[in-house]
Amino acid sequence: MTDTILSITDLDVRGRPPGGTYVPIVTGVSLSVKKGEVLALIGESGSGKSTISLAAMGFARPGCRIFGGQVVLNGRDIMTLAPPERHSLRGREVAYVAQSAAASFNPAIRIGKQVTEAPLWHGTADAATAANTAFELYQKLDLPDPEHIGSRFPHQVSGGQLQRLMAAMAMSCGPDLLILDEPTTALDVTTQIEVLKAFKSIIREQGTAAIYVTHDLSVVAQMADRILVLKDGAVVEAGETDQIIHAPQHAYTKTLMDAVTPKVRPVQAEPKKPEIVLSARNITAGYGATTILRNVSVDVPKGTVVGVIGESGCGKSTLARVIAGLTPTREGETQIEGKTVAPSVGARDKATLRDCQIVFQMADTALNPRMRIRDLLGRPLRFYHSLKGRAQVDRVAELLTLVDLPPEFASRYPGELSGGQKQRVNLARALAADPKVILCDEVTSALDTVVAAGVIALLNDLKDRLGVSFMFISHDLSTVSSFADDVVVLYAGRVMEKGPAAAVFQPPFHPYTKLLLASVPEMRQGWLEGVAQTDEARAASASGVELTAKGCPFANRCIHAMRDLCETTTPPDLVFPDGLTIACHLAPDALPT
Amino acid sequence: MSDLDIPAARASVFAGLRLTKTAIVAGSILLLWVFLAFFGPTLAPHGEAEIISTKTFAPIGEGGLLGTDKLGRDVFSRLLYGVRTTLVLALITTIIAFAAGVTLGFAAAILRGWFDIVVSRIVEAFMAFPSTLLALVVIGALGTSIPVLVCTVGLVLSTGVFRVSRALGMDIGVMDFVDAARARGEGAWWILSREVLPNAMAPLIAEFGLRFTFSILFLSGLSFLGLGVQEPAADWGLMVQENIGGLFLGSSAALIPAGCIASLTICMNLLVDWFQQRQQGETVLEKIDQ
Repeated sequence: MTDTILSITDLDVRGRPPGGTYVPIVTGVSLSVKKGEVLALIGESGSGKSTISLAAMGFARPGCRIFGGQVVLNGRDIMTLAPPERHSLRGREVAYVAQSAAASFNPAIRIGKQVTEAPLWHGTADAATAANTAFELYQKLDLPDPEHIGSRFPHQVSGGQLQRLMAAMAMSCGPDLLILDEPTTALDVTTQIEVLKAFKSIIREQGTAAIYVTHDLSVVAQMADRILVLKDGAVVEAGETDQIIHAPQHAYTKTLMDAVTPKVRPVQAEPKKPEIVLSARNITAGYGATTILRNVSVDVPKGTVVGVIGESGCGKSTLARVIAGLTPTREGETQIEGKTVAPSVGARDKATLRDCQIVFQMADTALNPRMRIRDLLGRPLRFYHSLKGRAQVDRVAELLTLVDLPPEFASRYPGELSGGQKQRVNLARALAADPKVILCDEVTSALDTVVAAGVIALLNDLKDRLGVSFMFISHDLSTVSSFADDVVVLYAGRVMEKGPAAAVFQPPFHPYTKLLLASVPEMRQGWLEGVAQTDEARAASASGVELTAKGCPFANRCIHAMRDLCETTTPPDLVFPDGLTIACHLAPDALPT
Repeated sequence: MSDLDIPAARASVFAGLRLTKTAIVAGSILLLWVFLAFFGPTLAPHGEAEIISTKTFAPIGEGGLLGTDKLGRDVFSRLLYGVRTTLVLALITTIIAFAAGVTLGFAAAILRGWFDIVVSRIVEAFMAFPSTLLALVVIGALGTSIPVLVCTVGLVLSTGVFRVSRALGMDIGVMDFVDAARARGEGAWWILSREVLPNAMAPLIAEFGLRFTFSILFLSGLSFLGLGVQEPAADWGLMVQENIGGLFLGSSAALIPAGCIASLTICMNLLVDWFQQRQQGETVLEKIDQ
């Protein structure tokens, strides 16, 4: 057992909320990582996976304490070391890659200086050697322009590149153990591929042991050798990746696997022609000097779900905000039940406001933390329907039951609820208005797989029971494909493809849709290696999203791009008999399948 | 478990406050001053302006309990009378500063546009003047009276409060729940009073404590310059000014009220520190321990 890098035995970490007493977060967890091995910690949020990974460095977050257990790194119990000795281990023997690289880089210091900071601080290398190591790491991590990327500032590189630079920073001292805490969760699927590929190759090449923390099982399938499934701060199952994925033993692991496996959706028999509840027509909008949306049209028929998909920064949320009247339009108009509504929220009357409700992505920030649930739900009831006193209390209880929450929650504060419960309250608040259409902005992306599946089931149920229409914005294709009737694919503020879900997710595809679909991680080992080799993936990783007015915005990342034509001329809309519309210069039979 | 729970529940009133040693000391001193603000005049052995001795600048123990001042008045009695003036004036000015600063600051953060530009520039113009000089000019022009004094100091202090609450309002104003309220069609007053204010309470209370001490110091400073409370009324700042000449004669008549001002401001600061620590859940010492 000489090649064991880290072994943790009987770890006991407790945390204390402000003013409270210590409650256990992690109890009796033991694990070990060998040289060159990748151990994945998976579990829902609050399962203690991040806490364990931090404890591997002998660190506990503010408010938390390591109460017991041994953390043996390279043969030394680091819990017995004095804080300065522990500091000297961090970065040199064990390094950490955080979830958000954007938040971990100092925006005012050049990247190269931050990457070489650790070796210089520890005195393991002089400036020239450190810079040289950094350059080699940039090359290994497949970063563009490795000679000069170090002299840029963090805001001058893309999110995926920054995440890889974060890995370069962690590897700069050549640590024996690398801890990756949800490093790709905040990234888009297309960016995720390049980051995962870079991480995997550098771990293999350096023979570093790694702990990979995530809630995404299909990512784990690509990265890990062994998996530890956690629930409520304890290990429920441990085993080889192959075994956990194909033959999970524990009931909880099975639940996790089921939530990931996409459900097959029956294709609607005949396309109905119901009335259009909400219609955004030729919307052009943006912030300040930037124009984000260009000529976007979306129709939401009554009682259906329209999915809007696309990567971050392509204007999905802006579209929802424009429709809700929170962001001004430059051109175009919004119609609700055929009537054109005022572009700004201040100029709309109460009936219009009531008909169209918006549900924000982050339930944590969308609910005022200083209001009880009964006031959060009571306000729209009073505001739109003038419900007071007893009637209001009854309706609040009804709404809570509607979203599968116990009516007793009315007296709680949002802080006392879990993420999924908060999102349900968030939905209930929109339902309180009795709207005709609800704009859901990434309502499931901050939630764990199992919880998100529950929220989707609820939305489906509400659609059937109340006849509410939804505009469902998401970057998660599997969610949209399992739930939406119609789908709109946005890229760089423009509609690339739209039509019935069945048609959008079947060939022919727009080249961008094809890329998106190919980038969704699959639940099998070796998928990553295969997909990263494709020409589509190479072309797509060559450059980033650009908001252009001219030509096709995807031209710079598209392998089918025709020089001159795609970059200069706006692509025509190809209309197919099944209602599918694709904006592309390619001939209909030349589209990727 | 159940028999353990009973004493815990009983102690929860104090445990809920989570007092630290410094907070207990600072709190008790402040409570003492507040008590004296109510009952000081009845406890005082002599009148506010009563001359009790022909000897001026008598040392401690001679004449009065804490000696006499430049006119032979009892320092101890004047100190007890002065608590009320000092505390009440400071409280009123701080409340004025907060009412004006917080309302305008939040309104500027929420309404943005022209309102924000106009108000911010006016406030910046005021901030460009040294605050004491500004107060000197206003009080010089309008004459020294308590209402003028209180309003002037309140407005001078409100510029700082405005900046703090505008920054807080900007931070909270971009939160999703404020957007949700906007999307619902709520007006500016609802957003300001129900969405933004409750979430800004913790930093604002800390700010209140700080501004309160500033206003004590500022008022005392003005009294010291002869522009604040006028004789024969007793005020701690005024007492320092009256008796400063005695310093050269070895009298402590100026040092005692100065020490009282110091005790009030330091204790208030300690209490504010404790409150901020409490909000963050962990004390500074515990953080270093990590």
